[in-house]
Order: sequence, then C-alpha cells, then structure tokens
Amino acid sequence: MLSPALGALRQTALNAAHKAAGAKMVEFSGWEMPIEYSGIVQEHVAVRTQAGLFDVSHMGEIEVRGPRALALLQQVTSNDVSRLQLWQVQYTALMHPLGSAVDDGLVYRLGEDHYLVCVNAANTDNDFAWIVQHNSAQAEVRNVSAEYAQLALQGPRAEEILAGVTDADLRGLRYYWGCPATCGGVKGLLSRTGYTGEDGFEFYFPPAESERVWNELLEAGRPLGLIPAGLGARNTLRLEAAYPLYGHELNEETTLLEANLGWIVKFDKGDFLGRQALGQQRAQGTRKKLIGFEMMGHGIARDGYPVWLDGRMAGQVTSGSYAPYLKKNLGLAYVPPRSVDVGQEIEIEIRSKKVAARVVTLPFYRRARSETK
Amino acid sequence: MYPQEFLYTKEHEWISVDESIGTLGLTDHAQKELGDIVYVELPKVGDPVTAGEPLGTVESVKAVSEIFSPVTGKVSAINMLLNNSPEMLNADPHGEAWLVRIRLLDRSEIEKLMTADEYEAFLQEEKAH
Repeated sequence: MLSPALGALRQTALNAAHKAAGAKMVEFSGWEMPIEYSGIVQEHVAVRTQAGLFDVSHMGEIEVRGPRALALLQQVTSNDVSRLQLWQVQYTALMHPLGSAVDDGLVYRLGEDHYLVCVNAANTDNDFAWIVQHNSAQAEVRNVSAEYAQLALQGPRAEEILAGVTDADLRGLRYYWGCPATCGGVKGLLSRTGYTGEDGFEFYFPPAESERVWNELLEAGRPLGLIPAGLGARNTLRLEAAYPLYGHELNEETTLLEANLGWIVKFDKGDFLGRQALGQQRAQGTRKKLIGFEMMGHGIARDGYPVWLDGRMAGQVTSGSYAPYLKKNLGLAYVPPRSVDVGQEIEIEIRSKKVAARVVTLPFYRRARSETK
Repeated sequence: MYPQEFLYTKEHEWISVDESIGTLGLTDHAQKELGDIVYVELPKVGDPVTAGEPLGTVESVKAVSEIFSPVTGKVSAINMLLNNSPEMLNADPHGEAWLVRIRLLDRSEIEKLMTADEYEAFLQEEKAH
C-alpha cells in the first residue's frame, strides 16, 4: 500500500477538478490520473447501467495531412484507411515489420487529405517518431496531443445526457462515426466510440475549456445517474468487453493474428509494415493464441500469473481482474495454438497454488444492441 | 475514528487482545487505500502464524495486498462472513469484518505495537511523505 510519488508527473487540465471530487490519483504512463472517485465497482456498474464520464486527456493525438497523408497511413497501419469516408472512424494498429503492433488506436478522417490518429499516452512520442521515420511519402505529420483534451461519456444513457448539451444530431451519428460538434458550449470533434463495451461518445476539444465541458456534462447527466469514472473502471470495463490493452495483450512480440485482431489486417490494400510477416504467419500458423477464462476456484488471476495445461506451464495471464458487472473473476491469457478450446479446464497459478479456471467465449460481455446502433 | 482499545501495526492492521486471544483486522485507512475489496484469503483454523509474516491476502478490484500477522501463535477462528461478503471489509473494518483470531504464544509481542493515537500520528506522517 505504497502511495506513488506524484511529483514531476504530467497533469490534465482537470487535475484540480478530480482532486476536488475526491478522486484517488495515481501515476499512469507518466501522467497523474484519477483511478477512482466513488469506487471502481460503483463506477463500472454505472457505465453498464446508466453512464460514466472519463477524463482521457492523457491520450495522444497525431495529425497527418496533405496529398500523401493516405499513402503514409496505409504504409504504417494495418487497416484500410482508403475505406474511410469523411468523418468516419477506424480502429487500427500502428505496425511493426514483425507483424506486431507498435500501438493501437483510432484513425479519424477529418477532411479529404486530413486525418487524426488517437493513440495511447504511454506510446505517443514513440508513435510520432515511428510515423515520421516512415514518412518517405512526405506527408505533414504533427504531434498535436497538447491541443486536445478528451472526455469519454459512456453508458446506455450517454445519448440522452449528451443530447441536452450538444448541437450534434446524435440519432444520426452511427457507431464509429464522428462530426464537428459543440458540447457544453465548446467546439470540438465528437465521435460515437469508446473503450467500455457500451454505447457512448468521445469528445476532443481545446484543453483550456476542460472544466466547462466536464461540469456541463456532469450537471446534465447527474439526474440520469451519470458519475465521474476513473481509469480503474475503464480497465475493468474494457476487460469485460475483451478489448486489448497495449502492454498487456499487445506488444512488439505479439502479432495481430495472435491477438485476435485479424479483422483489422487488410492484406488486399497493398503493402504495409508487417504485411509480409503476417502473410507468412497466416500460411504457417501462429505461435500462440489469446484466450479468455473465468475462475472456477477461489482467487483472482492477475497479470503475469502462469497458466497450466495438463500439468505443464503453458502460458501467462495478460489481464486479470474481478469483473464488477458480471461478478466473476476473469482473465485473458496467451497459450499455445490448438492447446485448448472453449469449455476446457485450465489452471492459473495464484501465489504458488494452482486454481481451476475454464476457457470461455470472448467477449465476456456484449451489450444488447437496440435499434440501429 | 480508531478505537482506543485496539493496537495498530505499520502495515495497517489492528489487533484487539483479550486474555491470550487476539482478534486481527484491517484498519479503515487500509480499506480506503485498497478500494473495493472483492476477495479475502485467510489461513485455516489451527494454522501457525509468525509475527511479521504474511497470514493471508486481501484483494481489491485493482490490487493484491498481504495481511501480516503482528503476533506469533495459532489461528483459533476465521471470519467466515468474508468468504461471501468481502465488501464488508470496506463497510465495517473495525467491527463485523475482523479477519482472524489468534491464540498468542508470547503476549510481549504486542508491546511493540502502536496505540490509536500513535497510529493516527503515523498516518499523518505517512501522508506528509
């Protein structure tokens, strides 16, 4: 129970607001961020049943512009950027020649030759350098992270809440689309995206306006059950939805095929970093596979715990936690390919004891989709 | 806040000693630091415990934390309530959510522990760092 040293950390424009709201602050990727306010369980359940508001201003943004912007993005990412229509959003990976991800993130098409890539805080500087290094096409590339704050409003009541404080046509805004919008009186970029497995929105805007947007949203949402939510709930929510987290399920030693991300690999779009390695692996088979499991015995699997199969150590847990909405102890792990199937029993080594777990279908949680979204 | 009749450790446990039986729990400060507690692993009745050694584990959603025994002896009871309701540790850490009872071998071990006032001063000091 050591308190982390919080000196010399970067702060979002909402730092004082978080502290005033009683947030527990921790170090995360070089930033001082709120891990929880009222408690991870309450915040997690609020996002599943009503709504939660996250400050994710630590995320990085990289702008790519000019006539060669598309060519550059096609070269450094795995998904097919040419398929993006104006204001459409795409989940993708920034690629390594080995077929692994340097990072994962979202690509927004904001104009004919204008893209914004949203990436993980811990990787932003590295991602920027990587894109610049591969910029033989001579596109304009800028690290614009300091120009954007970002809030994520997530949950089944997100649309209802946001509708009261925005001029955007939310009914018409489909999943993975964005639009220019005014929210809480502040102009920015709005998209129907998120990292929780719920319906919701992400809003990018000038950091100086952070408190205004934060307060307007909280005020509008409070009667509908909206509460501020921290990075703790963000992590348990994404785990239930089985979204990968860089540094856990994704790293430079893991290919996209191994991480169940074959769906963002578009072999037919032309050459890109890692295409050859991925093609080879597709033909010859992967070295490991990502599975989901739930604990049957007592105990919570945590990152790094060994996985045992038929009396042999066969892999490692990459993410593990108590899942507050499903009320189960869940985890993700890499094991040898073809070693286990859904329904089969495995063991997780927890503090030198082997505890039974069962392989289950991913995602652990999938929201019931209503209407057209 | 911190009951006067308890003694406290630097690892944020409390112990209340009655004759030769000590009841051990986590302090309110500890449960606040951990956040939502979702799992408690305790020893079995009859297990030996040693002063300064871990005797169990408390897990919140985000963290694993060991429980250290401030005394040497044998476990005489465990709080079964925590099997199914670990969240009681957040709600009532100084009362209903005690962890284990220990039959003490050497009562003098508790003389090194902090009083409630000393513990509160210790918390202030920790906060300042």
